[in-house]
Amino acid sequence: MEEFTPNIVGFLCNWCTYAAADSAGVSRFETPPSVNVVRMMCSGRVDPLFVLTAFLRGADGVLISGCWPGQCHYQKGNLHARRRTAMLKSIFDTLGLEMADRFRLSWVSASEAPRWARVVDEFTEHIEQLGPSSVYEELFL
Amino acid sequence: MRKGLRFNKGAEETVRELLRSLLESARVSGVLTLGRTGGADGGVAYSLFTDPDAFGTDGVALPLLPFMPANAGGLLSRLTLKRPLSEPIAAVVRPCELRAFIELVKLNQGSLDNILLISSTCGGVYPLDVGANGSLQERLPQYWEAVEQGELDDDVRSTCRACGSFVPENADITIALLGETDLEAQCTLYLNTEKGATFVDGLEGAEETPMPGDLETELIQRVYSQRAACQDALFAEVDVGLKGLIDTFGRCISCQACKTVCPICYCRLCYFDSQDCERPLEFYQGELKRKGGLRVPSDTVFFQLGRLAHMSASCVGCGMCTDVCPADIPVSTIFSKVGASVQALFDYQPGRDVEEEPPLRTFEAEELAQVVM
Repeated sequence: MEEFTPNIVGFLCNWCTYAAADSAGVSRFETPPSVNVVRMMCSGRVDPLFVLTAFLRGADGVLISGCWPGQCHYQKGNLHARRRTAMLKSIFDTLGLEMADRFRLSWVSASEAPRWARVVDEFTEHIEQLGPSSVYEELFL
Repeated sequence: MRKGLRFNKGAEETVRELLRSLLESARVSGVLTLGRTGGADGGVAYSLFTDPDAFGTDGVALPLLPFMPANAGGLLSRLTLKRPLSEPIAAVVRPCELRAFIELVKLNQGSLDNILLISSTCGGVYPLDVGANGSLQERLPQYWEAVEQGELDDDVRSTCRACGSFVPENADITIALLGETDLEAQCTLYLNTEKGATFVDGLEGAEETPMPGDLETELIQRVYSQRAACQDALFAEVDVGLKGLIDTFGRCISCQACKTVCPICYCRLCYFDSQDCERPLEFYQGELKRKGGLRVPSDTVFFQLGRLAHMSASCVGCGMCTDVCPADIPVSTIFSKVGASVQALFDYQPGRDVEEEPPLRTFEAEELAQVVM
Protein backbone atom coordinates (compact mmCIF):
# COMPACT_ATOMS: atom_id res chain seq x y z
CA MET A 1 0.00 0.00 0.00
CA GLU A 2 1.19 3.47 -0.86
CA GLU A 3 2.22 5.49 2.16
CA PHE A 4 -0.31 8.09 3.18
CA THR A 5 0.95 11.60 3.92
CA PRO A 6 -1.96 13.65 5.22
CA ASN A 7 -2.82 16.82 3.44
CA ILE A 8 -3.64 19.28 6.22
CA VAL A 9 -4.57 22.91 5.67
CA GLY A 10 -3.36 25.09 8.53
CA PHE A 11 -4.77 28.58 8.99
CA LEU A 12 -2.16 30.23 11.19
CA CYS A 13 -2.35 33.59 12.90
CA ASN A 14 0.39 35.92 11.72
CA TRP A 15 1.10 37.18 15.26
CA CYS A 16 1.63 33.91 17.06
CA THR A 17 1.46 30.48 15.47
CA TYR A 18 2.94 31.60 12.17
CA ALA A 19 5.93 33.00 14.04
CA ALA A 20 6.11 29.84 16.15
CA ALA A 21 6.11 27.69 13.00
CA ASP A 22 8.84 29.88 11.55
CA SER A 23 10.88 29.59 14.70
CA ALA A 24 10.32 25.82 14.77
CA GLY A 25 11.86 25.67 11.31
CA VAL A 26 14.81 27.87 12.23
CA SER A 27 15.37 25.75 15.34
CA ARG A 28 15.31 22.64 13.15
CA PHE A 29 12.54 20.80 14.96
CA GLU A 30 11.60 17.80 12.88
CA THR A 31 7.92 17.76 11.91
CA PRO A 32 6.09 15.84 9.23
CA PRO A 33 5.60 17.78 5.97
CA SER A 34 1.84 17.54 6.26
CA VAL A 35 0.63 21.07 7.02
CA ASN A 36 0.03 23.51 4.17
CA VAL A 37 0.20 26.86 5.88
CA VAL A 38 -2.16 29.71 5.05
CA ARG A 39 -1.04 32.84 6.84
CA MET A 40 -3.95 34.81 8.30
CA MET A 41 -3.84 38.12 10.12
CA CYS A 42 -5.91 36.56 12.92
CA SER A 43 -7.58 33.25 13.68
CA GLY A 44 -10.75 35.34 13.81
CA ARG A 45 -10.35 36.05 10.09
CA VAL A 46 -11.03 32.41 9.23
CA ASP A 47 -14.48 32.39 7.66
CA PRO A 48 -16.20 29.02 8.13
CA LEU A 49 -16.34 28.95 4.33
CA PHE A 50 -12.52 28.68 4.21
CA VAL A 51 -12.70 25.56 6.32
CA LEU A 52 -15.49 24.10 4.18
CA THR A 53 -13.60 24.94 1.01
CA ALA A 54 -10.50 23.15 2.29
CA PHE A 55 -12.48 20.06 3.21
CA LEU A 56 -14.54 19.93 0.04
CA ARG A 57 -11.43 20.32 -2.12
CA GLY A 58 -10.06 17.20 -0.49
CA ALA A 59 -8.07 18.29 2.60
CA ASP A 60 -7.59 15.41 5.04
CA GLY A 61 -7.55 17.78 7.98
CA VAL A 62 -7.97 21.46 8.83
CA LEU A 63 -6.15 23.17 11.66
CA ILE A 64 -6.77 26.70 12.88
CA SER A 65 -4.18 28.01 15.25
CA GLY A 66 -4.16 31.35 17.01
CA CYS A 67 -3.13 33.20 20.13
CA TRP A 68 -3.99 32.07 23.63
CA PRO A 69 -7.17 33.67 25.07
CA GLY A 70 -6.29 37.11 26.36
CA GLN A 71 -3.33 37.43 23.99
CA CYS A 72 -5.08 38.19 20.70
CA HIS A 73 -3.39 40.98 18.78
CA TYR A 74 -6.89 42.33 18.08
CA GLN A 75 -8.24 41.66 21.60
CA LYS A 76 -10.84 39.00 20.81
CA GLY A 77 -10.51 37.50 17.33
CA ASN A 78 -9.40 34.16 18.74
CA LEU A 79 -12.48 33.95 20.98
CA HIS A 80 -14.71 34.45 17.94
CA ALA A 81 -12.69 31.74 16.20
CA ARG A 82 -13.42 29.41 19.11
CA ARG A 83 -17.18 29.97 18.79
CA ARG A 84 -17.08 29.41 15.03
CA THR A 85 -15.08 26.24 15.49
CA ALA A 86 -17.62 24.93 17.98
CA MET A 87 -20.44 25.82 15.59
CA LEU A 88 -18.81 24.09 12.61
CA LYS A 89 -18.09 20.98 14.65
CA SER A 90 -21.71 20.95 15.76
CA ILE A 91 -22.84 21.15 12.12
CA PHE A 92 -20.50 18.32 11.09
CA ASP A 93 -21.59 16.20 14.06
CA THR A 94 -25.29 16.68 13.40
CA LEU A 95 -24.90 15.77 9.74
CA GLY A 96 -22.74 12.76 10.57
CA LEU A 97 -19.72 14.08 8.69
CA GLU A 98 -16.26 12.75 9.51
CA MET A 99 -14.95 16.33 9.15
CA ALA A 100 -15.88 16.87 12.81
CA ASP A 101 -12.97 14.67 13.79
CA ARG A 102 -10.61 16.11 11.18
CA PHE A 103 -10.93 19.70 12.34
CA ARG A 104 -8.88 21.25 15.15
CA LEU A 105 -8.33 24.57 16.86
CA SER A 106 -5.19 25.14 18.90
CA TRP A 107 -3.51 27.97 20.75
CA VAL A 108 0.21 28.37 20.08
CA SER A 109 1.98 31.58 21.02
CA ALA A 110 4.95 33.03 19.13
CA SER A 111 7.42 31.67 21.70
CA GLU A 112 6.07 28.13 21.62
CA ALA A 113 7.94 26.56 18.71
CA PRO A 114 8.23 23.18 20.49
CA ARG A 115 4.51 23.24 21.15
CA TRP A 116 3.83 23.87 17.46
CA ALA A 117 5.99 20.89 16.55
CA ARG A 118 4.01 18.77 19.00
CA VAL A 119 0.64 19.98 17.65
CA VAL A 120 1.68 19.09 14.10
CA ASP A 121 2.98 15.70 15.20
CA GLU A 122 -0.15 14.82 17.13
CA PHE A 123 -2.63 16.04 14.56
CA THR A 124 -0.75 14.39 11.69
CA GLU A 125 -0.71 11.10 13.57
CA HIS A 126 -4.41 11.45 14.29
CA ILE A 127 -5.20 12.03 10.60
CA GLU A 128 -2.92 9.16 9.58
CA GLN A 129 -4.99 6.89 11.77
CA LEU A 130 -8.21 8.16 10.19
CA GLY A 131 -6.83 7.66 6.68
CA PRO A 132 -7.51 9.78 3.61
CA SER A 133 -10.64 11.91 3.51
CA SER A 134 -13.50 10.26 1.66
CA VAL A 135 -14.25 13.62 0.05
CA TYR A 136 -11.20 13.42 -2.15
CA GLU A 137 -12.63 11.27 -4.89
CA GLU A 138 -16.32 12.13 -4.63
CA LEU A 139 -17.27 12.94 -8.17
CA PHE A 140 -20.72 14.33 -7.43
CA LEU A 141 -19.80 16.58 -4.54
CA MET B 1 -49.50 44.93 32.46
CA ARG B 2 -50.66 41.91 30.53
CA LYS B 3 -54.34 41.30 30.21
CA GLY B 4 -56.87 39.45 28.11
CA LEU B 5 -59.85 40.78 26.16
CA ARG B 6 -62.73 38.46 25.35
CA PHE B 7 -65.04 39.19 22.44
CA ASN B 8 -68.38 37.56 21.76
CA LYS B 9 -67.79 37.26 18.07
CA GLY B 10 -65.73 35.05 15.84
CA ALA B 11 -61.96 35.29 15.59
CA GLU B 12 -61.99 36.40 11.97
CA GLU B 13 -64.56 39.12 12.70
CA THR B 14 -62.78 40.28 15.85
CA VAL B 15 -59.44 40.66 14.11
CA ARG B 16 -60.98 42.39 11.10
CA GLU B 17 -62.80 44.86 13.34
CA LEU B 18 -59.71 45.45 15.42
CA LEU B 19 -57.63 46.27 12.35
CA ARG B 20 -60.38 48.39 10.82
CA SER B 21 -60.82 50.42 13.96
CA LEU B 22 -57.06 50.90 14.26
CA LEU B 23 -57.08 52.39 10.76
CA GLU B 24 -60.29 54.39 11.22
CA SER B 25 -59.11 55.94 14.45
CA ALA B 26 -55.77 56.68 12.75
CA ARG B 27 -53.89 54.91 15.52
CA VAL B 28 -52.01 53.18 12.76
CA SER B 29 -51.48 54.49 9.25
CA GLY B 30 -51.26 51.07 7.65
CA VAL B 31 -51.68 47.36 8.27
CA LEU B 32 -49.36 44.73 6.86
CA THR B 33 -51.23 41.50 6.35
CA LEU B 34 -52.29 39.01 3.71
CA GLY B 35 -54.69 40.12 1.01
CA ARG B 36 -56.32 38.74 -2.10
CA THR B 37 -54.74 40.17 -5.20
CA GLY B 38 -57.53 39.11 -7.57
CA GLY B 39 -60.83 37.23 -7.59
CA ALA B 40 -61.60 34.12 -5.56
CA ASP B 41 -58.99 32.14 -7.52
CA GLY B 42 -56.51 34.98 -7.50
CA GLY B 43 -53.23 35.12 -5.68
CA VAL B 44 -52.63 35.95 -2.06
CA ALA B 45 -49.84 38.30 -1.08
CA TYR B 46 -48.67 40.32 1.86
CA SER B 47 -49.74 43.92 1.38
CA LEU B 48 -49.82 47.17 3.27
CA PHE B 49 -53.41 48.32 3.64
CA THR B 50 -54.38 51.87 4.45
CA ASP B 51 -58.09 51.66 3.56
CA PRO B 52 -60.27 50.49 6.49
CA ASP B 53 -62.70 48.96 3.95
CA ALA B 54 -60.14 46.26 3.22
CA PHE B 55 -61.15 44.82 6.58
CA GLY B 56 -64.91 44.89 5.97
CA THR B 57 -66.75 41.56 5.75
CA ASP B 58 -66.02 41.30 2.01
CA GLY B 59 -62.74 43.21 2.15
CA VAL B 60 -59.68 41.94 0.35
CA ALA B 61 -57.59 41.53 3.50
CA LEU B 62 -57.24 37.98 4.85
CA PRO B 63 -55.50 38.44 8.20
CA LEU B 64 -55.96 34.86 9.46
CA LEU B 65 -55.47 32.93 6.22
CA PRO B 66 -53.17 29.94 6.92
CA PHE B 67 -50.78 30.74 4.12
CA MET B 68 -47.27 32.20 3.91
CA PRO B 69 -46.34 33.51 0.45
CA ALA B 70 -43.24 35.10 1.98
CA ASN B 71 -41.77 35.28 5.45
CA ALA B 72 -43.17 38.60 6.69
CA GLY B 73 -40.14 39.01 8.95
CA GLY B 74 -38.09 39.64 5.84
CA LEU B 75 -40.74 42.00 4.48
CA LEU B 76 -40.76 44.08 7.68
CA SER B 77 -36.98 44.21 7.48
CA ARG B 78 -37.22 45.59 3.94
CA LEU B 79 -39.69 48.25 5.06
CA THR B 80 -37.48 49.43 7.91
CA LEU B 81 -33.98 48.77 6.54
CA LYS B 82 -33.10 52.36 5.63
CA ARG B 83 -34.73 54.01 8.61
CA PRO B 84 -37.40 53.27 11.22
CA LEU B 85 -40.99 53.91 10.21
CA SER B 86 -42.12 57.46 10.89
CA GLU B 87 -45.76 56.52 11.44
CA PRO B 88 -47.09 53.50 13.29
CA ILE B 89 -48.29 50.44 11.38
CA ALA B 90 -49.75 47.17 12.58
CA ALA B 91 -48.36 43.88 11.27
CA VAL B 92 -50.24 40.59 11.52
CA VAL B 93 -47.59 37.88 11.41
CA ARG B 94 -47.02 34.29 12.46
CA PRO B 95 -44.68 33.40 15.34
CA CYS B 96 -41.86 32.29 12.99
CA GLU B 97 -42.17 35.49 11.00
CA LEU B 98 -41.98 37.46 14.22
CA ARG B 99 -38.87 35.56 15.28
CA ALA B 100 -37.28 36.20 11.90
CA PHE B 101 -37.96 39.93 12.21
CA ILE B 102 -36.47 40.07 15.72
CA GLU B 103 -33.38 38.23 14.43
CA LEU B 104 -33.07 40.68 11.54
CA VAL B 105 -33.38 43.66 13.87
CA LYS B 106 -30.59 42.19 15.97
CA LEU B 107 -28.50 41.85 12.81
CA ASN B 108 -29.09 45.54 12.05
CA GLN B 109 -31.46 44.80 9.18
CA GLY B 110 -34.52 46.61 10.44
CA SER B 111 -36.16 48.46 13.29
CA LEU B 112 -39.01 47.61 15.67
CA ASP B 113 -39.98 51.28 16.07
CA ASN B 114 -43.56 52.18 15.23
CA ILE B 115 -44.65 48.61 14.52
CA LEU B 116 -47.53 47.10 16.45
CA LEU B 117 -46.83 43.37 16.29
CA ILE B 118 -49.92 41.19 16.24
CA SER B 119 -49.46 37.43 16.20
CA SER B 120 -51.38 34.31 17.11
CA THR B 121 -50.95 30.85 18.55
CA CYS B 122 -50.24 29.15 15.27
CA GLY B 123 -51.92 26.18 13.67
CA GLY B 124 -49.51 26.11 10.76
CA VAL B 125 -49.81 27.17 7.13
CA TYR B 126 -50.51 25.31 3.93
CA PRO B 127 -47.72 24.85 1.39
CA LEU B 128 -47.59 27.22 -1.56
CA ASP B 129 -48.91 24.65 -4.04
CA VAL B 130 -52.18 24.51 -2.11
CA GLY B 131 -52.53 28.23 -2.80
CA ALA B 132 -51.55 27.76 -6.43
CA ASN B 133 -53.97 24.93 -7.19
CA GLY B 134 -56.89 26.90 -5.80
CA SER B 135 -57.84 24.43 -3.06
CA LEU B 136 -56.96 26.72 -0.17
CA GLN B 137 -60.50 28.04 0.38
CA GLU B 138 -62.13 24.63 0.53
CA ARG B 139 -59.63 23.43 3.11
CA LEU B 140 -60.39 26.21 5.57
CA PRO B 141 -63.29 24.48 7.42
CA GLN B 142 -61.16 21.44 8.22
CA TYR B 143 -58.24 23.70 9.13
CA TRP B 144 -60.23 25.61 11.73
CA GLU B 145 -61.78 22.46 13.10
CA ALA B 146 -58.30 21.03 13.65
CA VAL B 147 -57.09 24.28 15.24
CA GLU B 148 -59.97 24.30 17.73
CA GLN B 149 -58.95 20.82 18.83
CA GLY B 150 -55.33 21.85 19.11
CA GLU B 151 -54.51 19.51 16.25
CA LEU B 152 -52.87 20.26 12.94
CA ASP B 153 -54.41 19.56 9.59
CA ASP B 154 -52.47 16.79 7.83
CA ASP B 155 -51.79 18.94 4.80
CA VAL B 156 -50.04 21.89 6.45
CA ARG B 157 -46.32 22.26 5.91
CA SER B 158 -44.35 19.41 7.46
CA THR B 159 -42.21 22.09 9.10
CA CYS B 160 -45.32 23.40 10.86
CA ARG B 161 -46.31 19.97 12.12
CA ALA B 162 -42.91 19.67 13.78
CA CYS B 163 -42.73 23.26 15.03
CA GLY B 164 -42.39 23.69 18.79
CA SER B 165 -42.43 27.49 18.69
CA PHE B 166 -46.07 28.13 17.87
CA VAL B 167 -46.74 30.49 20.78
CA PRO B 168 -45.48 33.93 19.73
CA GLU B 169 -42.88 35.71 21.78
CA ASN B 170 -42.48 39.46 21.63
CA ALA B 171 -45.94 40.06 20.13
CA ASP B 172 -47.73 43.15 21.42
CA ILE B 173 -51.05 41.40 20.89
CA THR B 174 -51.60 37.64 20.72
CA ILE B 175 -54.71 36.21 19.12
CA ALA B 176 -55.57 32.97 20.92
CA LEU B 177 -56.44 30.40 18.25
CA LEU B 178 -54.94 27.02 18.99
CA GLY B 179 -57.22 24.88 21.12
CA GLU B 180 -59.81 27.65 21.61
CA THR B 181 -63.40 26.47 21.55
CA ASP B 182 -65.96 27.93 19.17
CA LEU B 183 -63.76 30.28 17.17
CA GLU B 184 -66.81 31.09 15.03
CA ALA B 185 -68.50 32.81 17.96
CA GLN B 186 -65.87 33.98 20.38
CA CYS B 187 -62.31 35.13 20.47
CA THR B 188 -59.73 36.16 23.03
CA LEU B 189 -56.92 38.64 22.48
CA TYR B 190 -54.03 38.89 24.90
CA LEU B 191 -52.34 42.24 25.33
CA ASN B 192 -48.78 41.40 26.22
CA THR B 193 -47.26 44.86 26.28
CA GLU B 194 -48.10 48.38 27.29
CA LYS B 195 -47.96 49.30 23.62
CA GLY B 196 -50.53 46.64 22.74
CA ALA B 197 -52.84 47.84 25.51
CA THR B 198 -52.56 51.48 24.43
CA PHE B 199 -53.42 50.74 20.84
CA VAL B 200 -56.63 48.83 21.58
CA ASP B 201 -57.73 50.99 24.50
CA GLY B 202 -61.44 51.73 24.28
CA LEU B 203 -62.18 49.10 21.64
CA GLU B 204 -65.87 48.24 21.56
CA GLY B 205 -67.39 44.92 22.55
CA ALA B 206 -64.52 43.80 24.69
CA GLU B 207 -64.85 42.23 28.05
CA GLU B 208 -61.78 42.06 30.18
CA THR B 209 -60.76 38.59 31.21
CA PRO B 210 -57.98 37.48 33.47
CA MET B 211 -54.81 36.47 31.73
CA PRO B 212 -54.23 32.76 32.07
CA GLY B 213 -50.75 31.86 33.26
CA ASP B 214 -48.69 32.62 30.17
CA LEU B 215 -51.09 31.03 27.66
CA GLU B 216 -49.53 27.72 28.60
CA THR B 217 -52.75 25.80 29.07
CA GLU B 218 -52.81 22.05 29.49
CA LEU B 219 -53.79 21.71 25.86
CA ILE B 220 -50.90 23.85 24.70
CA GLN B 221 -48.58 21.64 26.75
CA ARG B 222 -50.00 18.62 24.97
CA VAL B 223 -49.39 20.26 21.60
CA TYR B 224 -45.77 20.88 22.61
CA SER B 225 -45.18 17.20 23.26
CA GLN B 226 -47.06 16.12 20.11
CA ARG B 227 -44.98 18.39 17.97
CA ALA B 228 -41.76 17.37 19.68
CA ALA B 229 -42.53 13.75 18.78
CA CYS B 230 -43.28 14.83 15.24
CA GLN B 231 -40.01 16.73 15.11
CA ASP B 232 -38.02 13.72 16.29
CA ALA B 233 -39.57 11.63 13.54
CA LEU B 234 -38.87 14.28 10.92
CA PHE B 235 -35.26 14.79 12.06
CA ALA B 236 -34.69 11.03 11.96
CA GLU B 237 -35.55 11.09 8.25
CA VAL B 238 -32.57 13.30 7.42
CA ASP B 239 -30.09 11.35 5.34
CA VAL B 240 -26.79 11.97 7.12
CA GLY B 241 -23.17 11.28 6.30
CA LEU B 242 -21.36 12.48 3.21
CA LYS B 243 -23.17 9.95 1.02
CA GLY B 244 -26.49 11.04 2.48
CA LEU B 245 -25.81 14.69 1.72
CA ILE B 246 -24.63 13.91 -1.79
CA ASP B 247 -27.80 11.89 -2.35
CA THR B 248 -30.04 14.61 -0.95
CA PHE B 249 -28.40 17.55 -2.70
CA GLY B 250 -27.71 15.54 -5.82
CA ARG B 251 -31.27 16.53 -6.68
CA CYS B 252 -30.46 20.23 -6.23
CA ILE B 253 -30.72 22.25 -9.44
CA SER B 254 -28.85 25.25 -7.94
CA CYS B 255 -31.78 27.62 -8.42
CA GLN B 256 -30.99 29.14 -4.98
CA ALA B 257 -34.67 29.72 -4.30
CA CYS B 258 -34.10 28.52 -0.72
CA LYS B 259 -31.62 31.32 -0.20
CA THR B 260 -33.86 33.89 -1.86
CA VAL B 261 -36.88 33.18 0.35
CA CYS B 262 -34.88 32.70 3.54
CA PRO B 263 -35.56 35.68 5.83
CA ILE B 264 -32.22 35.22 7.60
CA CYS B 265 -30.11 35.12 4.40
CA TYR B 266 -30.06 38.87 4.13
CA CYS B 267 -26.64 39.44 2.49
CA ARG B 268 -26.87 41.81 -0.46
CA LEU B 269 -24.28 39.74 -2.30
CA CYS B 270 -24.09 36.08 -1.39
CA TYR B 271 -20.62 34.54 -1.42
CA PHE B 272 -21.92 31.93 -3.82
CA ASP B 273 -22.96 34.64 -6.30
CA SER B 274 -19.72 36.55 -5.87
CA GLN B 275 -16.63 36.68 -8.05
CA ASP B 276 -14.93 34.30 -5.63
CA CYS B 277 -17.11 31.59 -7.10
CA GLU B 278 -16.23 32.38 -10.69
CA ARG B 279 -13.53 29.79 -11.15
CA PRO B 280 -10.58 29.98 -13.51
CA LEU B 281 -10.11 27.23 -16.07
CA GLU B 282 -7.21 25.83 -14.03
CA PHE B 283 -9.63 25.14 -11.21
CA TYR B 284 -11.77 22.88 -13.36
CA GLN B 285 -8.73 21.17 -14.80
CA GLY B 286 -7.49 20.51 -11.27
CA GLU B 287 -10.83 19.10 -10.18
CA LEU B 288 -11.00 16.83 -13.22
CA LYS B 289 -7.49 15.58 -12.61
CA ARG B 290 -8.24 14.89 -8.96
CA LYS B 291 -11.64 13.25 -9.27
CA GLY B 292 -11.89 12.21 -12.88
CA GLY B 293 -15.10 14.17 -13.32
CA LEU B 294 -17.12 17.05 -11.98
CA ARG B 295 -20.80 17.56 -11.28
CA VAL B 296 -22.21 20.57 -13.11
CA PRO B 297 -23.59 22.76 -11.60
CA SER B 298 -21.05 22.00 -8.89
CA ASP B 299 -20.94 22.72 -5.18
CA THR B 300 -24.55 21.97 -4.27
CA VAL B 301 -23.42 20.47 -0.96
CA PHE B 302 -20.94 23.30 -0.38
CA PHE B 303 -23.71 25.86 -0.94
CA GLN B 304 -25.92 24.38 1.76
CA LEU B 305 -23.07 23.73 4.20
CA GLY B 306 -21.94 27.31 3.67
CA ARG B 307 -25.42 28.60 4.29
CA LEU B 308 -25.66 26.46 7.42
CA ALA B 309 -22.37 27.87 8.67
CA HIS B 310 -23.57 31.42 8.09
CA MET B 311 -27.13 31.32 9.36
CA SER B 312 -28.01 28.14 11.25
CA ALA B 313 -27.58 29.93 14.59
CA SER B 314 -30.42 32.26 13.59
CA CYS B 315 -32.61 29.82 11.60
CA VAL B 316 -36.20 30.33 12.78
CA GLY B 317 -37.51 27.17 11.12
CA CYS B 318 -40.24 28.84 9.06
CA GLY B 319 -40.12 26.24 6.29
CA MET B 320 -40.08 28.65 3.34
CA CYS B 321 -37.02 26.90 1.86
CA THR B 322 -38.63 23.47 1.71
CA ASP B 323 -41.80 25.00 0.35
CA VAL B 324 -40.13 26.63 -2.64
CA CYS B 325 -37.72 23.80 -3.49
CA PRO B 326 -38.60 22.56 -6.98
CA ALA B 327 -36.60 19.37 -6.39
CA ASP B 328 -38.49 18.47 -3.19
CA ILE B 329 -35.42 18.57 -0.99
CA PRO B 330 -36.36 18.80 2.73
CA VAL B 331 -34.11 21.83 3.18
CA SER B 332 -35.96 23.16 6.19
CA THR B 333 -35.81 19.85 8.05
CA ILE B 334 -32.04 19.75 7.60
CA PHE B 335 -31.67 23.38 8.63
CA SER B 336 -33.95 22.99 11.65
CA LYS B 337 -32.08 19.90 12.77
CA VAL B 338 -28.67 21.53 12.46
CA GLY B 339 -30.07 24.81 13.81
CA ALA B 340 -31.36 23.03 16.92
CA SER B 341 -27.93 21.63 17.72
CA VAL B 342 -26.06 24.87 17.06
CA GLN B 343 -28.60 26.89 19.03
CA ALA B 344 -28.49 24.41 21.93
CA LEU B 345 -24.71 24.70 21.98
CA PHE B 346 -24.99 28.41 22.73
CA ASP B 347 -28.25 28.19 24.69
CA TYR B 348 -29.75 30.51 22.12
CA GLN B 349 -33.25 30.76 20.69
CA PRO B 350 -33.57 32.98 17.65
CA GLY B 351 -36.12 35.71 18.09
CA ARG B 352 -36.51 35.17 21.84
CA ASP B 353 -35.10 38.46 23.02
CA VAL B 354 -34.14 41.50 20.99
CA GLU B 355 -31.48 42.43 23.56
CA GLU B 356 -29.72 39.07 23.31
CA GLU B 357 -26.64 39.09 21.02
CA PRO B 358 -26.61 36.48 18.22
CA PRO B 359 -24.17 33.78 19.39
CA LEU B 360 -21.55 34.38 16.71
CA ARG B 361 -21.31 38.06 17.51
CA THR B 362 -20.33 37.51 21.10
CA PHE B 363 -18.38 35.10 23.33
CA GLU B 364 -17.61 34.23 26.91
CA ALA B 365 -14.05 34.61 28.17
CA GLU B 366 -14.01 31.01 29.31
CA GLU B 367 -16.07 28.46 27.42
CA LEU B 368 -15.98 25.61 24.91
CA ALA B 369 -12.69 24.18 26.21
CA GLN B 370 -13.62 20.91 24.48
CA VAL B 371 -13.06 22.33 20.96
CA VAL B 372 -9.47 23.44 21.63
CA MET B 373 -6.70 20.90 21.09
